[in-house]
Amino acid sequence: MKDYDKLIFEISKPGRKAYKLPPLDVVDTPLDSLIPDEFLSDKELDLPEVSEVDVIRHYTNLSNKNYGVDTGFYPLGSCTMKYNPKINEAVARYDKFANVHPLQTEDCIQGSLQVMYELEKSLCEIAGMDRMTLQPAAGAHGEITGIMIIKAYHEKRGDHKRNKIIVPDSAHGTNPATAAMAGYSIIEIKSTEDGLVDLEALRAVVGEDTAGLMLTNPNTVGIFDKGIKEIAQIVHDAGGLLYYDGANMNAIMGYARPGDMGFDVVHFNLHKTFSTPHGGGGPGAGPVGVKKDLVEFLPVPMIEKKDDRYFLDYNYPNSIGKVKDFYGHFSILLRAYTYILTMGRDGLKKASEMAVLNANYIKEKLKDYYYLPIDTLVKHEVVFGGLKDTLSEVTTLDIAKRLLDHGYHPPTIYFPLIINQALMVEPTESESKETLDGFIETMIAISKEAESNPEVLKTAPHDTIVRRPDETKAARNPIVKYEG
Amino acid sequence: MYPYIPNTPLDEQEMLKEIGLESIDQLFNDIPGDVLLKRELNIPESKSELEVTTYLKSLADKNCSLSELTSFLGAGAYDHYIPSVVDAIISRSEFYTSYTPYQPEISQGTLQYIFEFQTLICKLTGMDIANASLYDGGTAITEAALMACASSRKDEIIISTGVNPQARRILKTYAHAQHLKVVEVDTKDGVTDQEALEKLVSDNTAAVIVQNPNFFGIIEDLKSIGEIAHKGKKTSFIASVNPIALGLLKRPGELGVDVVVGEGQPLGISLSFGGPYLGFMATKKDYMRKLPGRIVGETTDLDGKRSFVLTLSAREQHIRREKATSNICSNQGINSLAATVYMVTLGKEGLREVATQCVKKAHYAFNELTKSGKYKPLFNKPFFNEFALVSDKDVDELNKELRKENIMGGYNLGNEYPQYKNAVLYAVTEKRTKVEIDKLASVLEGIK
Repeated sequence: MKDYDKLIFEISKPGRKAYKLPPLDVVDTPLDSLIPDEFLSDKELDLPEVSEVDVIRHYTNLSNKNYGVDTGFYPLGSCTMKYNPKINEAVARYDKFANVHPLQTEDCIQGSLQVMYELEKSLCEIAGMDRMTLQPAAGAHGEITGIMIIKAYHEKRGDHKRNKIIVPDSAHGTNPATAAMAGYSIIEIKSTEDGLVDLEALRAVVGEDTAGLMLTNPNTVGIFDKGIKEIAQIVHDAGGLLYYDGANMNAIMGYARPGDMGFDVVHFNLHKTFSTPHGGGGPGAGPVGVKKDLVEFLPVPMIEKKDDRYFLDYNYPNSIGKVKDFYGHFSILLRAYTYILTMGRDGLKKASEMAVLNANYIKEKLKDYYYLPIDTLVKHEVVFGGLKDTLSEVTTLDIAKRLLDHGYHPPTIYFPLIINQALMVEPTESESKETLDGFIETMIAISKEAESNPEVLKTAPHDTIVRRPDETKAARNPIVKYEG
Repeated sequence: MYPYIPNTPLDEQEMLKEIGLESIDQLFNDIPGDVLLKRELNIPESKSELEVTTYLKSLADKNCSLSELTSFLGAGAYDHYIPSVVDAIISRSEFYTSYTPYQPEISQGTLQYIFEFQTLICKLTGMDIANASLYDGGTAITEAALMACASSRKDEIIISTGVNPQARRILKTYAHAQHLKVVEVDTKDGVTDQEALEKLVSDNTAAVIVQNPNFFGIIEDLKSIGEIAHKGKKTSFIASVNPIALGLLKRPGELGVDVVVGEGQPLGISLSFGGPYLGFMATKKDYMRKLPGRIVGETTDLDGKRSFVLTLSAREQHIRREKATSNICSNQGINSLAATVYMVTLGKEGLREVATQCVKKAHYAFNELTKSGKYKPLFNKPFFNEFALVSDKDVDELNKELRKENIMGGYNLGNEYPQYKNAVLYAVTEKRTKVEIDKLASVLEGIK
């Protein structure tokens, strides 16, 4: 069914149904005697009419047009596309986890609260932080929560002149967008040639207006910033705080902790490091950890324990408030806790070891064929700058599209911005040597193809369901819903 | 060996050799000694699947599930019937193990269902354009307010106290950071006080926000509130709606609403102790380039074939960085798929039937519970599927008695509205039966 190309609206037929409800068993009062006519719609709903078989076939066919981690290798840099264990899915569907209303009385939610309590403890230990809120819905949401905590800290001290957040030019786009959303102006500092924080540039910009610095470590080039203690010193001496973007935590579990590096606030991406599914774009979870001095500002409620009873604690008078409905993405948190229990301290450390081994292996095997701007030990990912032959007309985009023909999801492309023609490869620990060898072989073949037959790359992909959809056209003349 | 880590010790040796290293430890030589963790993490050792599931089942057993209780709890999250097809589709790992559809050639499945989701939300709300979803209903209200402030360059937001209290708290958190002013307009007799609103709205007002049905379950007069809101210059009228109610109620698009947001949990998403749920946002064409979050658009490929891509991304953080319309970098992917499958499964007739049953059963419950006069209506206004009753009894005590009969009682309104002490908010969905409602009435009647 490779050619299936219908929208659900196009297979609708009047009279079809995919559902059946029990008959109404209470007195059948006419609607307009319950709700005034002026509020009731006089139009029929314009929704599809399909059978259950239609629904299942339609979405099964759509699923066949997708590529997931369960399909194959997904070396998408900075996204940590590791395997999503099936036990996580099973546990999230337990009746007594899935069918629990968030406002049930405390005696009816002890299990869920215990999961959250224990997860917080584990994440704090992995991060080296004192407390953690599980409320943020995603990495970017964790970022804004953390930056608002930093803001609350300065405000409580009456230090109102701190209105700038420093961000390296290698940072994820969410970092500057977050700081702006939290009401800060942004100072971007250049990285050194090695992709590290330029200490001189940092010294030059810190001052009385510095609220904080946002950083990943290892950074977006995959390199561990050895100057981290000094960076922390510079920012702290200026009165600012350090924010850790946990996007790259998969590189260092059990080896280094942001809390020990001098960071004051940390977020983790549970959908990256802790194996919860990316879900085609979400939902993830972005818990935020803080050091002691910042605990009072965490969002409410926090989960506490007293005499073997768990409870929701709203008694944080200096809290920034709430950042989302209820208590966080509980079923995602549960999946992450399942993963932590399964892997244990030994398995998590092993995961980081193999993620790093795999990345360095790919780096060694491909550096003769692809331009490697910084040739040093990397952590969980390696960034190439396109083909070694920099004069080639073949771009990173062409290479990515050609990989599709070979059944691979391409690496992240054109990020980080500081590396021209960036191709960012993050293999994760989920992949075997055989898988890596297959990918390496394909990448080498593509680099040779770039010399012998560049046209085949320029016009790639050739074997996919659609080929290079026109994004300019989509943006210029937006069609964002079905109008048929 | 670990089930999710395939490299064997022999693989490790071969790979280290290729890299020119002798041991795994050397891979971490770049971490300075004063940062390197010199002990094991203080968490338990790895476990087998059987050990983990046994443990987690024992924790689950400390919860009560709504399959063993009869629930009349709502207040923002609802126990609706979820057809089996929903879980069948969202369990397909081609969907849930994929990333954001940045590579359209191998993501047409995700892109097309988002396009269908956007279409369905537009049809339901009567608006021109919807995004691919936001974290939840509460943060969607905040994003809508921020959009209104940014596009009007004004900083005052008026929000009705008929809006879910936790959504108002989220708004205040964000507004504080951006130095925006949040003004609350009270309710009168259970609905937004229009006279008070009229006095508050001015040319400084960026947005007026109400909820429909509001937190007390009552249907707000969106049309006349919208007229008041629009007395402000370039003031956006934002309504947070329950999507199930749109099976019956007039579409916000017909009533002068500029931005429609809402919590999509009732559309086939399990309660899961509060998340993940699904925020949605739909608006008029004028806001197209101001919307936060992802949007999928239709286009053609090299061969002229219809295809779908992420579009209008010049609004987003990965392109615009600090000038983006929001920092959001995800949507609720798999939950928007659940809502899509739910909406097409119920379809034209079904969503209306669910909404109708909710209304009729809720009104039946209202009549049964108020019959004797022991429990009195807090308000006398038309409601959808939630209503508030007040008595001389403490709500927590009432709920304790109900629990003994395996009933999860309503929400204690006094928690968030001190003026409504001893008031309970009951929610009744299509899942509740006459027998269950009668039992609730008789147990309540019997409480001394």
